[in-house]
Amino acid sequence: MGKLKYALFTGCTAKQSTPEQMMSTMAVADKLGIELVELTEASCCGASHLQDYDDFLSLVLNARNIAYAEKHGLTMVTICNTCQLNTAMTKHRLDNNADLKARVNEKLEEVGLVYAGTSKITHFLYAIIDDFGLDKIKEMVVTPLSQFNIAPFYGCHNIRPSELQNETHDTPENPYNPTSLDDLIIACGGNTVDYDEKNKCCGFHAELQAPKVAAALTGNAIAGAMDGNADWMVTPCPLCHLKLDTQTHHASVAIGREVSLPVLHMQQMIGLALGCPPETLGMKHHVTKVDFV
Amino acid sequence: MSTNAITTQKVNFKVFRFNADKDYLPYYEDYSMDVTSEEVVLDILNRIKWDHDGSFSYRRSCRHGICGTCAIKVNGRSTLACKESMTEMIKVFGNELTIEPLSKKRAVKDMIIDKADFWEKHEQVTPFLDAEIDETPTSENLVTPAEANALDEADLCIQCGACHYACPVVELSDDFMGPAAFAAAYRFEADVRDGNESRLTDVNQMGSGVWDCVKCFECAEACPKEINPIEKIGKLHNMLFQSGQADSNVATRHAVGFEKSIKRVGVLDEGGLVLYSELAGIVKHMPVAIKMFSKGKIVPPWGITKSDNLDEIQKLVKSSSTAKF
Ligand code: SF4
Ligand code: SF4
Ligand code: SF4
Ligand code: FES
Repeated sequence: MGKLKYALFTGCTAKQSTPEQMMSTMAVADKLGIELVELTEASCCGASHLQDYDDFLSLVLNARNIAYAEKHGLTMVTICNTCQLNTAMTKHRLDNNADLKARVNEKLEEVGLVYAGTSKITHFLYAIIDDFGLDKIKEMVVTPLSQFNIAPFYGCHNIRPSELQNETHDTPENPYNPTSLDDLIIACGGNTVDYDEKNKCCGFHAELQAPKVAAALTGNAIAGAMDGNADWMVTPCPLCHLKLDTQTHHASVAIGREVSLPVLHMQQMIGLALGCPPETLGMKHHVTKVDFV
Repeated sequence: MSTNAITTQKVNFKVFRFNADKDYLPYYEDYSMDVTSEEVVLDILNRIKWDHDGSFSYRRSCRHGICGTCAIKVNGRSTLACKESMTEMIKVFGNELTIEPLSKKRAVKDMIIDKADFWEKHEQVTPFLDAEIDETPTSENLVTPAEANALDEADLCIQCGACHYACPVVELSDDFMGPAAFAAAYRFEADVRDGNESRLTDVNQMGSGVWDCVKCFECAEACPKEINPIEKIGKLHNMLFQSGQADSNVATRHAVGFEKSIKRVGVLDEGGLVLYSELAGIVKHMPVAIKMFSKGKIVPPWGITKSDNLDEIQKLVKSSSTAKF
């Protein structure tokens, strides 16, 4: 296998409220020998909200981001579930509607760009599984996480809508019984926790307008993991991470029970297992203390 | 598949049982059965009733995915019993299957639930064509294929409730109309023949309105007719903005705030977005914000790294915008 190389769409969260995710992504990519070319020209993907206001604008902006990955001739890798959904959804819609694609390209032409549809778009989790291989991760583990019970939290926008998601990666994922993150935990030597909320929503996208509902969803998720005897949770989505890590107070009030668990980004978990020094993984940026490293 | 030989395997079922007339609490009954590869979930319900316990109750009528009465949950997944193949269920969940009604808290007898909340919400969106009809028309009232396509298959809904009872917001909040009611509202709003003037406003203002959806796509996954209710919710959002009916509230400002931020810096200014969305409501976020700040999680406006080639983004926002607020 030659050296893996991707165009990295960081999204906005990794650059602002989850700096630890950005750090650990780079640390792990380095460890795995994966080259990431950061798309510094990219705009925000609209996070599934801009499209509620202006669907066409959202398509144009996302197509522009993809066009930059295409210019590099690389697969685009995302590190946020919602970025993945918005970008892959844009690709799906443009690739299946010649008229819409032409209308979007008419706009992109004004700035000298074109969307061709040549780049794949995949979340880092699936890039690791499909292209790098979990067997190789297993071989590289120096600190197996065998003393930990780890609760996977998948995040909606990596698993639903499944028809779209399964277009973007080779390893099939069933939204009612997803396995990718469990497999990654096992590859890192950890014990997976099975609990009902692992494929449910954290509530992030309605946090401002429906705070009680959003907090209850977060609370249920953490409670499920705690009842499953988890030592900590792990997620591939920085938005889920924000919710689970920073909103424990509201979550506890909403479900009438004190809930809190350390939550790691998938990259931090891999980093720990591969022996990356903890300070390169940004553990001090968590609101809920990561007390076991 | 038709060329494949029929295979049989043993499956253990845990089946939800409850009779509101005499049981204080629901309980689960175990049944072990040989299931053939050509059976659907409804066949299993029938066999429980015919072979094991004649009192076992469930709804079904058409057996063809049309009447919408047979929806239940298998291992938590909303499913239309007469359409869902057992082979698929075993493939996804293995040989231990739990059979439950769509909503346990609404159970009346076994699989039968009281669906009143579903129908009440459905009724509130004026789910019918509201039009002045000329009783003696002189020509046909033609609808073009493009106009018909605008419904985007929302008219295929069989009101089975699979999406409604898969929706986490419906589960937690009695106010939320739910995906099926919104899909029905869209179905008539998108119909060129419809002249109703208040439906869209109703949808915006009734209960907690159309903005509380958490965008989990559970409804899209659950729908046996592939109606994709959340996509219709997105279209209702667009319609509200396009018709100028989107009033300024935290949800609408949240959606519009993305455009403002992208225009300014290309990326999202997270703090700026919350401030613009919440206005004075920002104070309630302060305790969490202070904690986040102390952990290096909040970047001040002047610290945000702008997108490279920002001029391109600004030009595109100008030339491609289709909405106003
Ligand atoms: S789980 Fe929550 S934050 Fe994560 S993608 Fe889904 S809705 Fe967004
Ligand atoms: S996407 Fe929205 S409407 Fe659909 S199930 Fe989730 S919260 Fe409910
Ligand atoms: S939208 Fe689909 S799942 Fe929901 S009630 Fe209609 S047919 Fe059933
Ligand atoms: S029995 Fe009519 S839809 Fe299943």
